[in-house]
Amino acid sequence: MDLTINNSTQAGSFIASDVRDRGVLLSIKDLKIWFELRKFGFGHAGYVHAVDGVSFDVHNGESIAVVGESGCGKSTLMKGILGLHRPTEGKIYFNGESVGDMKTREIKHYRSHIGYIQQDPYGAMAPFMSVQRILTEPLNINEINNHEQIQGLIKKSLEEVKVSPVEDYLNKFPHMLSGGQQQRIVIARAMILNPNFLVADEPVSMLDASVRVEILKLLRNLQESRNLAVIYITHDLSTVSYFSRRIFVMYAGQIVEKALVQDLLHNAGHPYTQALLTGTSDPDGANAFKMKEVPPGEPPNLINPPKGCRFHPRCSKMIQGLCDVEVPPEFEPEPEHKVACWLLR
Amino acid sequence: MMNTPQLLKIEDLILYFKTMRGPVQAVDKVNLDLKHNEAIVVLGESGCGKSSLAKAILRLLPRNIDRYSGKVILNGVDTMKYSDEEYRRKVRWSSISMVPQAAMNSLNPVLKVGDQVTEPFIIHTGASKAEALEQAKKMFSHVGVPNSFLDRYAFELSGGMRQRSAIAMALVTMPDMIILDEPTSALDVLTQANIFNVLKTLKKELEISFILITHDIATSSELADRVAVMYAGQIVEVCDATRFFQKPYHPYSIALMDSVPRLRQIKEPDFITGQPPTLINPPSGCRFKDRCHKRFDKCEEEPPALAIEDRIIKCWLYK
Repeated sequence: MDLTINNSTQAGSFIASDVRDRGVLLSIKDLKIWFELRKFGFGHAGYVHAVDGVSFDVHNGESIAVVGESGCGKSTLMKGILGLHRPTEGKIYFNGESVGDMKTREIKHYRSHIGYIQQDPYGAMAPFMSVQRILTEPLNINEINNHEQIQGLIKKSLEEVKVSPVEDYLNKFPHMLSGGQQQRIVIARAMILNPNFLVADEPVSMLDASVRVEILKLLRNLQESRNLAVIYITHDLSTVSYFSRRIFVMYAGQIVEKALVQDLLHNAGHPYTQALLTGTSDPDGANAFKMKEVPPGEPPNLINPPKGCRFHPRCSKMIQGLCDVEVPPEFEPEPEHKVACWLLR
Repeated sequence: MMNTPQLLKIEDLILYFKTMRGPVQAVDKVNLDLKHNEAIVVLGESGCGKSSLAKAILRLLPRNIDRYSGKVILNGVDTMKYSDEEYRRKVRWSSISMVPQAAMNSLNPVLKVGDQVTEPFIIHTGASKAEALEQAKKMFSHVGVPNSFLDRYAFELSGGMRQRSAIAMALVTMPDMIILDEPTSALDVLTQANIFNVLKTLKKELEISFILITHDIATSSELADRVAVMYAGQIVEVCDATRFFQKPYHPYSIALMDSVPRLRQIKEPDFITGQPPTLINPPSGCRFKDRCHKRFDKCEEEPPALAIEDRIIKCWLYK
């Protein structure tokens, strides 16, 4: 019902792409998640605007990266999608159903369609549970209790994440595994209920450089073979191009730029995105001889975010009387590339 | 860089830890030298002994030491001959200071930042509190923290500001060199870039030398004059940074460089199969041989450290 209206294939974007023909899986409409601050325990003292007016669509089988610094609201956005925070305003539609209006039982069913990969694999697994028990839990919760069926599913999902031979691992505890293996178990747990949507919150930031690529490739293979929709949350721009079709850049609770990966890397529109790109290093001996241009200051406080464009106090291209007064709308310099910046007006 | 005097020379440094299952060979015959006003990066996966190397240089040792030997020659004097007290007075923080791993979480939450930053200066120079505060203010302006932050507590500072304060704390006694253990691993991209700008300025203005310990190859190139690659407790390659980032020689360095995802190149990164060996009973011969694509008969013997074109490479391929 809502799907047809929410579909982002609007006038103005005419690139026919296979992913976008598959229909919208997740649609977020002007989502706001605010946390109330209390004075002395009960008085109202304002809101933390953690997610403030975010809208986007995710199509079936599409992989999307959300990039931003810590404190920009990307984790809150993800928790909103998982139904862990109720939206203050706005809606999240999954297959046309509003997540915020679901009842507890419906939420449980909804979550069985979503795989969630945590940032810190060791922290994400109970240290007293064996791999067998860790993987059995989601099945039990979703009322799969047949022993043989459980063993079959565990074996299949462990083989899929290339943990083999499976029997050697079932009785191990998380501390007996290396970081890469732990992350594989977490991925296996996320995949065991055969979800069609995966949320990966910085899945490789805690891992060693040599393992990082291995896990990213594993995720990409899963995404391609199972036709999964993926939201990949990260602060590291250098890994997104191997994985995602589109990138959303978040700053201070809002998405400032949405673009296809290659457009963003070569033709970034928003000054903040440009700063992130300059800030990311490639290994090169020449780096040591030049200074980086970094915007001054730090991300704003989300209790009282700056008026107008939230990046304006740090922006070198700020237009006096416009950027600090009016919130920039989304401009579309090229198809599928939206930038919330007055410079593109 | 050629004629600058040598600051630090490490010869055959060994640090083994005692465990129930035998000694852990965390640092195994490491040779390294550092010139005045030079930055050397020690690269390696976690568990390869990078942090132990830092501790061995600074003699910050835990109790379960099995073996600790070799030479740490600072300005021509072998500091291994010093007693612990002499070492504390003459070397630690007066000549070599350290920014520990996750430094921004190592600040004391119940003390003001100013009290913590001044403390090493008061202890090592016997200065008064007021003098120390003056010195701390100077250091704060070098690292770009407003002076008013001296009166704040650690929790009132952002991660980047805390990291800068930790660097100021290492700087306050004006040491010759600073050992940085993963200085930016928990920070955001822009904060990271900022911290590296600070380190570059310090290197230029105060002529400080750095040993930068990290697994983040991309950002390490922001500061490096030279690169030392560590694997399983040993240094396998030492090379000038510009040439190392263009073309590493040791098979492990090559694999490590290939595993770096790059923003500006469309090259598929590759990963290193297998896992680093345990340091309790490391394999005999070359320690990388089980993961190496170019392994041959010779690798069963311990490879020598070969000097080729100003590089040092511990690999039989280049004999």
